[in-house]
Order: sequence, then structure tokens, then C-alpha cells
Amino acid sequence: MTTRVGVVTFPGSLDDRDAQRAVRLAGAEPVALWHRDKDLHQVDAVVLPGGFSYGDYLRCGAISRFSPVMDTIIEQAKLGMPVLGICNGFQVLCESHLLPGALTRNDSLHFVCRDQKLRIENAETAWTRDYSAGQEIVVPLKNGEGRFVADGHVLDQLEAEGRIVARYLDVNPNGSYRDIAGITNAAGNVVGLMPHPEHAVEPLTGPSTEGLGFFTSVLKQLVNA
Amino acid sequence: MTLDTVKNAEQTPEAEQPWSELGLKADEYAKIREILGRRPTGAELAMYSVMWSEHCSYKSSKVHLKQFGEKKPDSDAMLVGIGENAGVVDVGQGYAVTFKVESHNHPSYIEPYQGAATGIGGIVRDILAMGARPVAVMDPLRFGAADHPDTRRVLPGIVAGIGGYGNCLGLPNIGGEVVFDSCYQGNPLVNALCVGVMKHEDIHLAQASGTGNKVILYGARTGGDGIGGVSVLASETFDATGPAKRPAVQVGDPFQEKLLIESTLEIFAEKLVLGIQDLGGAGLSCATSELASAGSGGMRIELDTVPLRDNTLSPEEILMSESQERMCAIVEPGKVARFLEICEKWDVIATVIGEVTEGERLEIFWHGELVVDVPPRSVAHDGPTYNRPYARPSWQDALQADAPTAERLLRPSTGEELKAALLAVAGSPNQASKSWITDQYDRYVIGNTVLATPEDSGMIRIDEETNLGVSVATDGNGRFTKLDPYTGAQLALAEAYRNVAAGGAKPLAVSDCLNFGSPEDPDVMWQFAEATRGLADACLVLGTPVTGGNVSLYNQTGDTAIHPTPVVAVLGVIDDVTRRTPIGFAEEGQLVYLLGDTADELGGSAWSQVAHNHLGGLPPKVDLERERLLGDILIAASRDGMIDAAHDLSDGGLAQALVESCLKGGNGARLIVPTGLDPFVFLFSESAGRAIVSIPRSEELRFNDMCGARGLPATRIGVVDGDSLEIQGQFTVSLAELTDAHTGVIEALLA
Amino acid sequence: MARVVVDVMLKPEILDPQGQAVQRALPRLGFAGIADVRQGKRFELELEGPVDDAALARIREAAETFLANTVIEDFTVRVEEEGK
Repeated sequence: MTTRVGVVTFPGSLDDRDAQRAVRLAGAEPVALWHRDKDLHQVDAVVLPGGFSYGDYLRCGAISRFSPVMDTIIEQAKLGMPVLGICNGFQVLCESHLLPGALTRNDSLHFVCRDQKLRIENAETAWTRDYSAGQEIVVPLKNGEGRFVADGHVLDQLEAEGRIVARYLDVNPNGSYRDIAGITNAAGNVVGLMPHPEHAVEPLTGPSTEGLGFFTSVLKQLVNA
Repeated sequence: MTLDTVKNAEQTPEAEQPWSELGLKADEYAKIREILGRRPTGAELAMYSVMWSEHCSYKSSKVHLKQFGEKKPDSDAMLVGIGENAGVVDVGQGYAVTFKVESHNHPSYIEPYQGAATGIGGIVRDILAMGARPVAVMDPLRFGAADHPDTRRVLPGIVAGIGGYGNCLGLPNIGGEVVFDSCYQGNPLVNALCVGVMKHEDIHLAQASGTGNKVILYGARTGGDGIGGVSVLASETFDATGPAKRPAVQVGDPFQEKLLIESTLEIFAEKLVLGIQDLGGAGLSCATSELASAGSGGMRIELDTVPLRDNTLSPEEILMSESQERMCAIVEPGKVARFLEICEKWDVIATVIGEVTEGERLEIFWHGELVVDVPPRSVAHDGPTYNRPYARPSWQDALQADAPTAERLLRPSTGEELKAALLAVAGSPNQASKSWITDQYDRYVIGNTVLATPEDSGMIRIDEETNLGVSVATDGNGRFTKLDPYTGAQLALAEAYRNVAAGGAKPLAVSDCLNFGSPEDPDVMWQFAEATRGLADACLVLGTPVTGGNVSLYNQTGDTAIHPTPVVAVLGVIDDVTRRTPIGFAEEGQLVYLLGDTADELGGSAWSQVAHNHLGGLPPKVDLERERLLGDILIAASRDGMIDAAHDLSDGGLAQALVESCLKGGNGARLIVPTGLDPFVFLFSESAGRAIVSIPRSEELRFNDMCGARGLPATRIGVVDGDSLEIQGQFTVSLAELTDAHTGVIEALLA
Repeated sequence: MARVVVDVMLKPEILDPQGQAVQRALPRLGFAGIADVRQGKRFELELEGPVDDAALARIREAAETFLANTVIEDFTVRVEEEGK
């Protein structure tokens, strides 16, 4: 049976079709989920895609977090369903308190779009099993509010528990604390990532194909489960 | 406040009207009275004044623009031509592509962020209104001197506005231009281009037909945006207590626009609309009169049903409002419910505001009273036409005589001097890397971007199965056009054509944004006449019809006009985007060839500006047959895998092209100056019809045979190698030095 | 130290997309009865010296030329009472 991975569309989601493409290239069946629909349509995992849901007004992710579909996703995530939030999706996960911390305005005060080198720090989450710890990859990064912040003891705890999934290498593009590009919850099923692995899945359109691993990882996780 | 109804206008023929304050001339006002057989109501006067303005009616330019139709080359690709919101081109496999470039110059000077943002919003809605999904944007920009204090205000605001709006909309920004010149100090040029893709059967037109069909206004509520001029009516004619406070600046809401795009595409997919028009300049006045005029003619609008953001707006102001993110659709009664349902799904407000009627009158009611009763064609299409006087400027001969010859302008002669000149050009604001700007734009979203800035063209995949794609390049050189408007406009087209071909795509069609000074100045009008004549002639030779575009006049400060700046966008098609040719020298050992002929042509060149701040002489000569041949060779070589890199030669000549190809590919090159060519001319001439390519050694013979058989001069000038750029016998410069010179320039000036 | 507060709001006639998005979300979250929302910025300026007319004039100038974009925004300047 094909693995079904849901991709949520909020009003203002932009990279939803890109996430669906990445899911398809990884070998799973992408399922479009609508923000107003509480039903997850039997998906095995969920991607919250990038974009500017609700225009990023008020705070990024703050309005989407209260959509009907998120009620179900929050419930299922707590029961162990793999959830990946990319960029705006990461912001939604933080606003939902599935992940700690918050994402704030880049220290440059500018939107930045660049090919970003990352180091995978934790290769044991549902979304990173196809990588090895310490592996370096290049994927696009594009955000205006991607600076991860949290208070000191939360950062220490994330470090101590190995919950930093990826860090920026060479350049910290937005001033993220401790060069954090992505984190996970304690169970390892919920991952938030500021860079865009779904834009590094084809040699024609991306700087590499090194983003595909996030999507193949969850497939293996689900098949083995 | 009394309502100026049609009945009232009939009864008070002698009432004073502020036609002059609204920008109408006495004979234009008389013509309106003649058309209506009475004085216009306030609302009618507002409609005519704005629709007959230069901006909406093209009254000064249209006698010249008609050449684009008269000299139109035969092209099987044209599906929809000039006159609609945007032209539509057949790109094969059942796909059609629409694209258009438009200006938003003046608003962007007043309020850079919102001016630029709403410029993107407007062009995107034009493309959407054709039935297409917008897939990419580009923005050709012109600013004052890079080191002028006001450029620090204008440029970051405009760039943030383009990024803020375009990024939030989810459209990749794949190219454009950034040019600095003090002539644009009080008049920055903010041009915006959008490309959209659809299937042939999805093409929609702006027309209202079928009695009883409903007129639906959807999108944002209507506020008092951009109606400063019309407030005159509200104050002087109807309201003695003074004008209402009306914002001159329009604020864009990209989130609303994103919802408008998604809802509209869903509405198209279910075939719910018969005609559609976006609301841009002149708002509802324009949309209703154009829809009715292009359709059967009759339309009835209940203006009081328009959802408002500000309940104090008068009917005139509602008609004139330029509130953003609104569309107007013509829908059969049986499909209205489903239309409204889709809008509700996307949180988009949609309201039936009227219907198509029998007859040929546009009738607009305000709480049951008739305030507008006009033949729509007289508003939308029968505006005045001016034959403005024009004459070759008295200073043109002296300008052309001031040629940058070796005797008049000191040229670098030693290797060290040539190296210094190369670094100076590569590090000048116009030639330096624009990454500080373009990194503020999302180039990845939608996942189909094959090429983007700093490549020669932006290229988008439109079919993931077949790899069909399109590419677009925009070019324009105000310095060349100032020296010779006819040739300058042709050079803009030639360069954009060459850029598209260099990427491997076949050029198909043109859109243009003609930025000029005041048409009331005969010097400027001559520049305009010459540039349009040059462009139309060149389009005929190259077989690329003009599909649409925009004219922006009155770009001047006091009596001083900007350089005449026709910006030309060329759209091309490529059957297999995996065969595209990038600019970077990526493979060591490949051979570097110079295609075309190099002459001593430095008039208007980047070197003459950087080294001597000089503008004089003649621009490079144009040979359009050569451009076409060069294009054919570049496309064939790309398709057949004979070249791995190609870069057009333009501003800064060979020197600049080498710098860019080396830095992009991360490899150096060793070059020799061909015998008989002066090293300075070799490096810095801006002769047109040239490109450099890098060729795998295994393909050299085949490539040479092809060029020889077709008669294109191809000269082997070197090899991709090492980590420095070496001009043998002259100088060597390391990639590190080039990087230092070429990058960080813009941020140092502006950040 | 004295504190001066500068509030910057979009002019009433200017579209406020952020406020609109918040207003539309409120009823969905069960907060009924809110007719309109407009979102602004608040700047708190700590003065080194006393809040006299000269200082306030300087702050007004800063607000006019820098803190607010008076093409589309209005601002108010007020002194925050001691002890708050």
C-alpha cells in the first residue's frame, strides 16, 4: 500500500505544490489537505508547507495555528504521527507549541533567498533517518522571519537532548540562536525546519537533490513501523 | 450634498464643472458634451477625465504605437494580440503563454515600498485576467546615481516592496535589470513583468455579452485609494465643506491577491466566467466601460452595492477608486451561486453589482437614481488622439559628434591599465553583482525555475512531463537610446533576443515598456517617434511581434527628461529545458569562442561612463540579420549539446562577460587577443551581435562546421582553466580579485 | 529616566491588511463583537535628560521624519507618567 503524506494548504500557503512534488519524487502519494477540513483523510504523515499563510499578518503562523485542520494535526502529532513543518510550517508548529521557541525577523531585516549549507545533527528523527549525523547538505533557504530564538535553558535542553536537527554552516543567514536551522520534539516525530528541502529534489531546479532525504526518511519510518 | 443625476444634468446645462482641474482640455470637455447631448454628470465627468487621460487613453502615443500592428511580422504563435490585458502566444503542446511589462514609476517615487508592491500586484492581475496562472515575475529598474542620498531612500524601499509583495504571492522573481544613472534621480523607473501559462482553451477576454448575465465584483473592498484628483469633484461641485481626506498612495495586500489568484483559477477551471477584467488604473470606470465596450455594449450597474471600506465615498469616488486586489467578472445567472461559493471558500468577498443589458448604454445607478448614462465605447476606446509635434533636437548632432575616439578619451594601453579598467567596470554599480537585491526575492517557489538572475534570461519549466519551458529577458539601454533613439530601441530588442537565445530558447514575441519624458516637448516626442519606429522595424525583421505593453510619459524633473528608455521584453520557448545553456564556465578545459564581429564601438559604453563619465557619439551598429543568425546558432548548439555555457556580450563588452562567466562557473580562463584586434577594443567594445560560448573539445569541429556553413564568424579566443582570468601578454587577474571587485558594491552603497 | 511613547498608526483612510486579517480571524476563535481592528507600532523612547518642550519637539521631529512614514502613517507622542 502506498504511503500517504498529507500537505496542508492554508490561505497564503505557497510551497504546497512543491512539497507535494517532493513527496511524489520520494515515492509516496501526496494528499492535499485543506485548512478548514478537520479530516486528515487517512494520511500517514503531514507536511506543513512554506509560504505566507494569512499574509504572515499578526505573527507568522499565528492565525493558521487556529485552523480546524491543526486541531487534528496537533492531536495526532501528540500520538506520534510524523509532522514536518517547513519555513512557515515551522512557524505554525512553534505557534502551536508542538515545538519550543519562536521564529523572528532576520537580523539583517531583509528577506533572504540563498543556497544554504546545513549540517544534519540528528539523523534519528522520523524525517532525517536517511541522512547520517554530521552529513553536510545544500538546500535553498528563503525567509524574512527565520531567526530561531528561545530562552537559554530551552536552548540548553535542546542541545542536551539532541533535538537540534540541523544547523547552518558557513553563514548564519538570519541570526538564529546557536545556528539552529531545525529542531524536533522529544519523540522525534515532529520536525520544524527553516530551509526548504522540497526545493532541492531535482537537479534541474535546485542547487542539489540533497533535500529528498527528508521525504524518503519518513517513508522508511512508516514502512518499518 | 446633492446627487448630480442625469436628470439634474439635463436640467442644469450651465452648471460650472471642474473639467480643467480634472485634466481635461476645453475641446475635450466640449466633445463629451457633444457625445452626451448635454453636460456630463459629475460621475460621467470623472469617468471621461480619467479614461481620456494620457495614462489610460495613450492619446499622445497611439499614432506611433499603431506601427506595431501595421508592421507586425507574420507569426503563427500569436493567439491574442495588442488591445487585451496582455498578448497571448502559442508555445506548443496545447500551451499558451501570456506576458506583459508595465510601469509603476511615479507611485514608486512617492512611496517606494507600496508603489513597487502595487506595481507587481497590477501586472499579475493583468496576466490572471487572461485566464493564465501567473508563474514568474521580473522587474527592470532604473535609479538615480548609486551614491546619491535619495537613492538610499528609493532603492531599498522599492526592492523591499517588490520582494514583500512578490514573495508573499508565491511567484519566483527570475530576472530583470538594475541600472543607475543620474538622469533617473527624480524619476526612478519601476517596470514590472509577469508571465502566465494556460491551455489554449482557457484564454479569457475582457468582454461582457449576453443580456441578463451578471456583473460580479470580487476581491478587496473599495476604499478611497488613488482618487486624489477626483476629490475636486466631491469638494467643488457637491460639498462646500472641503475635500474629504483621500490617500494618494495605494496600499497593496499580497495575501488578498494570492486568494484572488487561487479563487480565480478555480473559477476558470469550472468555466464559470464569460469575460473578466482586473481593476487597475481608473478602477471600476475602466473595468465596466471596457467590458461593455468590448462586448455587446449594454450594462447596468448598481453602484451602491459595491462593498466599501469607507462608507463616506461618493459615487464619483467609487467609480475612480484604484483600490488594489479587485476583479470584475461576467457570469451567467445559473453559475453565480457556484462562483460565490468558490469565493467564499477562499475568503474573498464577491458581490453581484449589475448585469449585461440590451442596447448599447452603460447605465450606473446610485440608490435607484441614474448617475451615468453613456455609450461605453466613447469612454473606453474613442478617447482623443493627438498628433504631437516632434522634431530632431537641436543638440542631437553635437551629442553624436562627441564620439569617444582614442584621440578624445584616453584609453588604457598597458596590461596594468587594462586590468585596472576591467576591475573598475566590473566593480561599477551598473556592472557589479546585484545579489544584494536579487537575494531579497524568492526565485525557487513553485519549483520550476530553471534559470534566474544573474543568468542571461529567466527560464521556467511549464510541463514537468515533457520539459517544455519558456524564457524571458528584459533589456533597455537609455544611454544608447539617447545617442540615437531609433538604433537604441533596436539594440534593446537585439539584446533581449540574444539573451533568450543564449539560454537556448527560441524568441517568439515582444512586450515593451516605453519610458519617456513629456510628450509636450518636441525633443522627447521625436525620441518617442524614433524609438517606436526602430522597434517596430526591428520586430518585423526578427519575426517577433509586439503583443502588448505600456507607455509611461512625463518622466522628467522640471524641463529635464530622463534618457529615453524603451525596455524590451522578449519571450522564448524551449522544447526541453534540460538542454538550457547557463552562463557559467563550469568545465575546465573547455574552449572559449567569441561569436560575431568586434569593431571599435565605444559610444555610450559602460567603459566610457565608468572611466570618463562620458556620453557621446553613436551607439553600436545593429545588424538584425546577424542577430537572428547568432540566435539560430546558439539555439541549435544548445539543442544538440555542442556548448556548455553561453553569455551574451553587451554592457561592459567581452571583459564584463568573462568576469561573469568565470565567477558564476568558479573557473578562470586563459585568453589570447585575436591578431589584428586592439586589446582594449577586444575587451571593452560593445559591438552588438556577439556572444561567448564554452565548447567541449569533442564538439569543436562540429561547432566550427556549423558556424562556417551558416557564415557566422567564430573565433577561438581561449580555454577555461585555473583560478584566474589571463589575457595573454597583457595581464592576469585572480578570481579572488574579481570577486572582491564585483561583489559587495551595492550593499556598501545602500545597506 | 523619563519615557516618551510614540504610537504610529496607518492613517484611517489607508488600507490595513494586517488589521483586516486579524479581524477576520477573531470570530472564528470565538471573539465576537469586534467591528474593526487596526494594527500599529509603539515606540518607547527613554530620555537621558528631562522631558521639556525642546526634548518633545525633537522627538516629534524624529517621529515625523523617521519613526513614521507620514505618507501613509500618523503618529502621536505622549509622556509616560512616572512610576508606571
